[in-house]
Parts: sequence; structure tokens; C-alpha cells
Amino acid sequence: MIASTNDKNCVVKPVALNKLQLCLAVIAVLITAFAGLVFGPADLGMRAVIQELLNRLPLVDFDSGLSSRQQAILFEIRLPRVVLGLLVGSMLATAGGAYQGVFRNPLADPYLLGVAAGAGFGATLAIVSGIGDGLGFLDPVPLAAFAGALIAVALTYTVGSGRGRLDQVTSLVLAGVAVASFFTAVQTFVQQRESETIRQVYFFVLGQLRTAGWDEVTLLAPYTLICITVIFLARRHLDVLTVGDEEAGSLGLNVRRMRLVIVVAASLGTAASVAVSGLIGFVGVIVPHAIRLIFGSSYRVIIPLTIFFGGAFLVIADLVARLILQPAEIPIGVVTAFLGAPFFVVVLRTAWKN
Amino acid sequence: MKFFFSQPDFKGGGIMKFSSYLLLILGAFSLVNLSCSSGAFDGQVPISGGSSGVEIAERIISLSPTATEILFAIEAGGQVVAVDDQSNFPDEAPMTPLSGYTPNIESIAEYQPDLVVASYDPGDLVGGLEALEVATLLQPAASSMEDTYVQINELGALTGRQSEASELIESIKSDLDEIASKKIGKGLTYYHEIDNTLYSPTSKTFLGKLYSLLGLSNIADPAIESGFGWPQLSAEFIIDADPDLIFLGNTDWGESVETVAARPGWGSLTAVEKGQVISVDTDTSGRWGPRVVDFLIFVRSAIEKILG
Repeated sequence: MIASTNDKNCVVKPVALNKLQLCLAVIAVLITAFAGLVFGPADLGMRAVIQELLNRLPLVDFDSGLSSRQQAILFEIRLPRVVLGLLVGSMLATAGGAYQGVFRNPLADPYLLGVAAGAGFGATLAIVSGIGDGLGFLDPVPLAAFAGALIAVALTYTVGSGRGRLDQVTSLVLAGVAVASFFTAVQTFVQQRESETIRQVYFFVLGQLRTAGWDEVTLLAPYTLICITVIFLARRHLDVLTVGDEEAGSLGLNVRRMRLVIVVAASLGTAASVAVSGLIGFVGVIVPHAIRLIFGSSYRVIIPLTIFFGGAFLVIADLVARLILQPAEIPIGVVTAFLGAPFFVVVLRTAWKN
Repeated sequence: MKFFFSQPDFKGGGIMKFSSYLLLILGAFSLVNLSCSSGAFDGQVPISGGSSGVEIAERIISLSPTATEILFAIEAGGQVVAVDDQSNFPDEAPMTPLSGYTPNIESIAEYQPDLVVASYDPGDLVGGLEALEVATLLQPAASSMEDTYVQINELGALTGRQSEASELIESIKSDLDEIASKKIGKGLTYYHEIDNTLYSPTSKTFLGKLYSLLGLSNIADPAIESGFGWPQLSAEFIIDADPDLIFLGNTDWGESVETVAARPGWGSLTAVEKGQVISVDTDTSGRWGPRVVDFLIFVRSAIEKILG
């Protein structure tokens, strides 16, 4: 499967991140976040938004002219939505990048080991069984999705981690396929029995940031920060892993342990993202690949830049989702896939030329 | 694992009732393609299958809650042998576990029906029944009251209750005329919510047209071209539009005045501040049969209370 393992030309030259690249990434985040706050179906006016944001600083007092309802739109709807977009985008893109490194597979995405199928299954069960209906204070669907995602990944890892004829990478990926198919089958079975829930599950699967508030942000932020930090600290090890398990081992890396640490961090963060925003596809594939193509293939460059550009990309996608048919919305998963599919073609064509 | 294999018990119908809206949406979708049962009733009933043309049906199965309500309203209830699991009105309707969403032809055939009425055709239900020589009448979700009147006439013709059907139509028409004459909601805006992902009917939907009879204006209308008249609105758009009235069609589904008020940014809405969030019955607002009158009378009295 991994023909290039012993091909010396493929060994990534570790390149450090330069300051210009980092500045660019930070600027991308700031610009997209600003656009996410200014534009939307409700016309608040750019000037008023800027004044209102500055108003939140100490010792600044502008009269922005925004009504209390418009302020609510800005601070309770758009701002948490932008923050959530940044968190989810960063997490999915970083997890995708980490998976691609750990599995030496350019098509690896954060859902590779069954996170998506597990989350979809968990959400479906919660929706169908009506657990927590009318409790109000606690939405059981995200929690069930989170649990389902973790169970699926744990199962994949347990099933796929034995020492046998296959190397660990191949066997994990195959176990992921099996686990995902199984959970999808059970989910479909449950859905068939409760066909009224299909629509609700469908929306969960498409993903959304639309109903986001600060609650979701608080729920997700700790996971994102911890998991991204772990992956960031492991960026050099990801470079080492690109040479293949055996060589990485001979370089002194405990391959299996490192792989476990990275996979746990990426999966945990992905599961938390999926729980609050549903399944948003392609972010985890597009963003790391774009960065790999533009800035170089060392994970010391890819991981830090992915953290920023992943967030920026999702904020833009969310902006498109709410503007293109305004005042109606389209699911963000549709936007990312719509941008993502053509991007794949570009990635492929560029790879041919090289 | 128990809840996999047993029918979960929904409080007050819960999710199951949501099906009414699902059908309206599906109906809106299918009307675009099929445009059947639109226009005036010309005496021809578009049934498929069965041995001959129009005859009096004596063993009817209704897989459509709206058709069930119509059949009983035109006094043809005695000719109905089974209705689907969503047909919860009237009480005397012979409800069975038959499903209108995932119908099983064999279970339907066991009742030896001479006519099956359905609101849509999942998994080629019609073709399957044709093979068994069972007549099928497809009555998709209405897009206007005219469609409803056609469907009432069709069922009247197939059950030999033509005069009852005409009487029912006249009675609905006069009730609606009376309701529409006052335009009690003139000058008020509204938002009708069918689920908490903010799907909402515009004025071009059946439900939207009912609200228009009261003179209400719909805040969702700027998105009238999206989603076959059922757009998914942006939360910020709803807050910016600040509707005078909010109708909740999803209270069976865990939403309430309190959950709406607790949503980010929604507390500042006029409707929330003034207590003008109104829960409406999922069934009467989600079906297109004779009980649309009940629905409108309910909405009218809610508005009257608000106006004082």
C-alpha cells in the first residue's frame, strides 16, 4: 500500500514556518472573521458594526445607532457563529492534516476512522428515542453524537490495532471502513423504522453553524484548544512518520504510541466538533492539501497554518451559506463540498504535473 | 438496545406528528412535478388499477390522515376498513399500524380493500397495488383550497356521497368567507415555525394561504422562491424582521414559548416580550382537510385575545 516508504526522495525536508506565512494566516482569519460579522441577511452597516465592536473595549463609547435587537443579532448570533466557525474549521482541518500524516494517505479526512458514522448513529438514536424531549436545558443529540463518535473510533482502534500480516496503517484504515459501514447500516435500519426522523437526521448530517450560540462555543472550545495543542506539539513527529513505520522506529520514535496520541487528539476534537455542528465535509481534506501545495509539505508548516486557514475557510463557507439565498440559508456542508469537489480536481491535476 | 426494536413511546405524539408537515413539504415538491388534482373537479377521478372505472368503494384503506378526515366528514366512515398510523382523527377512524411512509403492500392487501387512498407514492405503492388489481387514489398535499375541494369531490364520487361532499365544500367555503371577511390580522406580521432549524412556510404554501385569509403578512415571503415555498430562514433575518406574532407548529416536539425566548437573541423580539408566541395544533395546521376551519378559528381567537 505504501510504496513510497523506502523512497528516499519522498522524505519530507523539515522546513520551519516563516513569519511571513504566519502573518498571512493571521490576516486571513481577521479578514474573514470581520466579514462574518459585517455581512448577513440583516443589514447592520459596516460602520455601525465597527463602532459597536469598539464599544466593547474599555474607555470607548460610540453611538453606533444599532437597536437592542440589532445588537443581539451582532453579539448573540453572528459573533458566536463566527467563533464557532473558527473553532470547528480549525479543528477539522487540523485533524484532517494530522490523519493524512499519521496514515500517510492524502485522502484521509477526520472521519476516516468512523467518527462520522458513529456520530450519525448516536444522533439518530437520540432523535428517534426522544431521550431528553422537553428537558429543554440539555440537548441530548450532541451528547449522543459525541458518545457515538468516540465509541466508533475506539472500536476501530481496537479492531484494527492487532499485530498481524498487515501493517498498522492499512489495518486501521480497513477497520475504519468496516466500522463505518456497520454503524451506517444500523443507523439506516433505525431510520427506516422511524421514517419521520429522516429529515432531522438529514440536517444533522449536512452540518450547520446556523443555530449556534455561546453555549455551543463554551462546549467546544476546551476540546478544540487541547486537541489542537497536542497535534501542534506533535508536528515534528508527523514529519518523522512520513518516512514509514520502520524507519521512523529506527530514528527512535515509538511509532505506535505516537500514532495513538495523535489519533486520539484528532478524533476527540473531531467528535466534539461533529457534536455541535454536525458533519461538515471536505474542510479536513481541502485545507491541509491547499497549504501543502502552496507552502510546502513539512508538517511544521502545514499544522500551524492549517489551524488558521481551516478556521478562515469555514467562516467564509458559512458566510456563503447564509448569503447566497438570503434570507433563506443552505446547509454549510453543501457549500464546503461544492467548493471542495472542484478543489480535489485541482489537487489531482497539480499532482500530475509534478 | 431495547429502543431499537420496540416502538418508542412519544409524549403526545412528538416526532410522529411532525409527519404532517413533512407531507406538506413533500406535497409541495410533488405538485411541482405532477400537478395532479389541480383545477376544478370534472367528475373524473384519476384512480389507477382496479377492475373497472368509478364504482362505489365499500372497503377503503386511507393512508392519508387528511383523506381519513374527509371520508368521515362526508359520512363515508362506514366504508373505511383501515387507516394508517397517523390518522388520529376522528376517534372512530379504524387506526392500524399501516404506514403511509413505508407502506407494505402485503399488509395492505390483507384487508382486501377495493380502494386505497394515499397522499404520496413511496416505493411505487401504486404500481404494487395495481399488480394486485387494487384501485389507488393519490391525493397529494393540497397547494390551495381548490385542491382540497377537488379531493373532497373525488372521495365523494368514489363513495357515492356526492351530495355530502358538496355540502361539506359549501360549509367550508362559507366558514372561510366569514373568516376572511374580517381580515382580523391586517397590519400584523407573523412567522410560523415548523421546526427548530427555522423552516417556515411562505404565502405561496397552503398554510401560508390560510394565514393570508386573516390578513396577516408573512415575514418569510422574501424567501418565497426557496425550498418550494418552505425556506429555511436565517435566525438573524427573523430577529431583524421582528414579527408581531410567532406561531409554533412544533410544540409537540419540545419547543415552547420558553425555549423560543431562551434562544440566542430571540429574547429581544416583540412577540416574545409581549407574549405573542402562539402554539398551534400540529395536525390541524399540517393537514389540508375540513379542519382548516378549526385551525383558522383558533388562530383568529388567539389574535382577538392579543388585540384585546
